[in-house]
Amino acid sequence: MEGLKNLFSTRWGIVGVGVLIGILASLLQKLGNPGNMGICVACFERDIAGGLGLHRAAVVQYLRPEIFGFVLGSLGAAYLFREFRPRMGSAPVVRFVLGVFAMIGALVFLGCPWRAALRLAGGDGSAVFGLLGLIGGIWLGTLFLRGGYSLGRNNASYTAAGWMFPLIIVGLLTLRVLFPPLEGQEKSGVLFYSLKGPGAMYASLAVSLGIGLVVGFFAQRSRFCTMGAIRDFILFRQTHLLSGFVALVAAAFVANLFFSQFHPGFAGQPVAHTMQLWNFLGMALAGLAFALAGGCPGRQLFLAGEGDGDAAVFVLGMITGAAIAHNFGLASSPAGVGPHGVASVIVGFAACLFIGFTMRRKIS
Amino acid sequence: MSKIVDARGLSCPQPVILALNAIRAGKETELEVLVDTETSRENVSRAASSQGWEMVSVSPEDDGYRMVIRKK
Repeated sequence: MEGLKNLFSTRWGIVGVGVLIGILASLLQKLGNPGNMGICVACFERDIAGGLGLHRAAVVQYLRPEIFGFVLGSLGAAYLFREFRPRMGSAPVVRFVLGVFAMIGALVFLGCPWRAALRLAGGDGSAVFGLLGLIGGIWLGTLFLRGGYSLGRNNASYTAAGWMFPLIIVGLLTLRVLFPPLEGQEKSGVLFYSLKGPGAMYASLAVSLGIGLVVGFFAQRSRFCTMGAIRDFILFRQTHLLSGFVALVAAAFVANLFFSQFHPGFAGQPVAHTMQLWNFLGMALAGLAFALAGGCPGRQLFLAGEGDGDAAVFVLGMITGAAIAHNFGLASSPAGVGPHGVASVIVGFAACLFIGFTMRRKIS
Repeated sequence: MSKIVDARGLSCPQPVILALNAIRAGKETELEVLVDTETSRENVSRAASSQGWEMVSVSPEDDGYRMVIRKK
């Protein structure tokens, strides 16, 4: 076990996990998920919010099993390798707010860092502006980190407290199993389903959950993080996580070629718009929020799976942010930014800058 | 008695920043770093070796680790 434990913290370990995720994401698109959206943590949490009726955007309602797999796969890996550590209490309400605005920024771009990478690997040129924004936002975050920004320490907690979020996930998975999608029906039991649009495009429950579990397991082992990839390079010139992120893009690109899913261009890309300034700024806001919260949206799920209650609060913030984004008309659509998308990015930056400037400790 | 960097309970990348700040301050040739997760242990170890420091010992302590690193 010890050898296996070390394997994933090596360069080849993280590259291998990046390649695996890239291939599985491309495969999920082949098997039914929306275009360039084999895996998108922000989109999938938004779909979950819709499936629960927290927002009623008819085209994005589905309880995505991949997300459940991410958390439960990480939980399994954490237990298997004795890394399950219930811990929480590091400024949870601040993390909730960061989660809300991370989601709002991501939905102005239409994707999280994972999807930005997959959009690039699928030939969507607008993804470049999103990725540049992501880098810009994370760079801003590193300035705060260098200046002593900190949300403070967490504390060890009860095992049951560490289980709270995984249990929520088990509950949601149970709902998804009890109330499966019904042909032509907008509702199944208590859950809402999309009849058209990206919310109506999904791989089977078994495939989505299975791939989610595999990704969750290996991402927990390797500490895979798309934000950390860029952050560590900017802060420390360290390329460990970055090599995993680059491997993901490269593997998804090759897999997309194999599956005939590579379509280069800007216009008409799946679930994307071409208002490049807002692609840039939306993702910059998300990148800043992820940097201040210490992990990309995927990493927050993996941390929540290993008992980190603060990461769980961030995820709940993202799901709430998705509901707000669609209820208030902040989220973009293929036609462009939503009616109040611009205002929401400005408010989001104000909130994140306030957090960054005010929450710092003296460096000893 | 070497200087102790207490990075327990801090989010990424603060444990690494604290350890690197102590290393770069240049006053010490040996440091003790306290961390509470495997991830922090790996990250601090990786950062230390990038600065030409070596891991002397890692011992479990209070649900975490006490790491001793030394300038080569």
